[in-house]
This record gives sequence, structure tokens and C-alpha cells, in this order.
Amino acid sequence: MDDIDRSIINNLQGGFPICDHPYAVVAEQLGIDEADLHNRLQQMLEKKQLSRFGPMYHAERLGGGLSLCAMRVPEADFERVTEQVNAFPEVAHNYARDHEFSMWFVLGTETPERVEETCQEIEKATGYKVYNMPKKQEFFVGLKFEV
Amino acid sequence: MSDDIKLDELDRQIVVATQAGLPLVAEPYQQIAEELGTTAEDVMQRMQRMLESGIIRRIGAVPNHYTLGFRGNGMTVWDVPDEKVVEYGEKIGALDFVSHAYHRPRFLPEWRYNLFAMVHGTNRDELKHKIDAIAEMLGEDNRAHEVLFSTRILKKTGLRLIPGS
Repeated sequence: MDDIDRSIINNLQGGFPICDHPYAVVAEQLGIDEADLHNRLQQMLEKKQLSRFGPMYHAERLGGGLSLCAMRVPEADFERVTEQVNAFPEVAHNYARDHEFSMWFVLGTETPERVEETCQEIEKATGYKVYNMPKKQEFFVGLKFEV
Repeated sequence: MSDDIKLDELDRQIVVATQAGLPLVAEPYQQIAEELGTTAEDVMQRMQRMLESGIIRRIGAVPNHYTLGFRGNGMTVWDVPDEKVVEYGEKIGALDFVSHAYHRPRFLPEWRYNLFAMVHGTNRDELKHKIDAIAEMLGEDNRAHEVLFSTRILKKTGLRLIPGS
């Protein structure tokens, strides 16, 4: 990763234009060729330095439900519960964390009401309480990550 | 930003076609338009409208903290007075080593924390210094805090923004 790659990451976390030749516009701003910009973005995506390049959508405004949920699952039961929780298509990500609240997953559902229903179904399937922690407010800046 | 923008079927098809990324070609909107059987102007106009209404947060690069050298990442959770959670959320969210901060509900007595922040450092030592800096900023209003490290990814399918499409 060189200075140009860093400049791409630092300057292109938002504001990518909506116009006929957007990469050409950005390449000119960065002082590089359009082909060079394409190659560098491709490389950074392949190396997973970028997880994505494109529009970031606001999930709730698309009409669905979104929540972070946690469960207190003892080690002895962890594998079974993992399997049961992961079987729900609404579970998008699931992480084990080093805490008594040991399992943390994100639910993405077709409707807002489905979040609570899915929590109840997971409780019924696993026998453990689901702590549904939807955000009440976000403090999101997100355009500042620098490398 | 307005919440009441209605998406029609073509808007939803644009979301599905672009949620994994924009094509890396000279005319990306033209390519999407061809896939969906419409014009580039139509796609651009619809995306512009979604951007202005906040359905699209922004368009650009999404950096991966971990592969970019941030190996000390933790979910920090804080118990601060409810009447100050917005003030502190905004302060913490504005720090350059915090990627997301959220106000979430408590579940007393088992879960006392009402403010969550993802904190990133190049290693665990650096992370600890950054968390200490947040604690110092909160002072006595930091009634308790913890750091939860992820030990294993159990599932990562990515969020399907419009399931069933």
C-alpha cells in the first residue's frame, strides 16, 4: 500500500459522484489515471483492505428491521445454541465474545415486527433469553477513518 | 432527511444490484441500467434521490479496519446517566478511533450498559490507551464500562437489505 492507495482510502469514503463517468472525475481529483484508479480499487478489494466499494444503504429506511441481540450461553451449550441460532436466515452476523453475554448477533428482517418475533422463536428453540438491543440512537460519523 | 420516501420496484432492484458494490467500469450507472432494462439517467436520478433522502448514507470505499492494520478492536460498553447519553454518544462518535457509537437499551439488573462504541487500535495495548482516554473524558459519569472482544465469527452472511428479492 503506497501513498496513492492511502489517499484513495482517506478521500473516497463518501462523495463518490453520480454522473456518467464517476471514476474519471475521481481519478482527476486524485491526480491519477482512471485505469490506475480501477486497478488500485480492484487490488484493495481483492486484498480485503476494502470490504466494499459502492453505496452504503440505511437498512431501516429500506423498510426492514435491524437489531443487535445478545445471549448468555454457557460454554457447555455453546455449539448447540450456535447451530440453532445460525439456522435462522434473519441472523446476518453472529460473534462469540469473551463475556458472560457470550453470543452477539445482528438480525436483519423483512419487516420491523419480525425482529421481536424472531427473538421469541430463538428463545423457544434454544431455551435461552434473547436480549434484544435495537439502537435507540446512532452517533455515526464514519467519514474519518485514516490510514 | 425525510423518512417517508416510497421505494418502487425499480428502486428496490437498484438496491439489490448495488448493495454488494458498484461495478468497476468506466460507466457503472450505465451498466446497472442495462442490467435492469432502463436508462443510466433513470438510475442516476433514483440513486440521487435515495442519497438526498438518506436511504443511501454515502457512496464510496468501506475500509476494513482489520486488514488495514487495526488488530486491536473491541466493542466497548458504557453505563452513563441516561440524560447525558446523547451528549457523550456524540463526543465518543466523533473520536477518530471509534467507528460506530450507539445508544441501546439497558436490561437491569443483568445488563447495565446504555452506550456502545466500536474502538479500533493497532494492537490491544493501544486499544487500552484509547479506552482509558474515553473513560477520562466521561469522568464520574462513567459508572462502569467493559470491553468485549470477539473470539470467533460464528456466522457472517452479510445483511440482505431486501430479503426475498
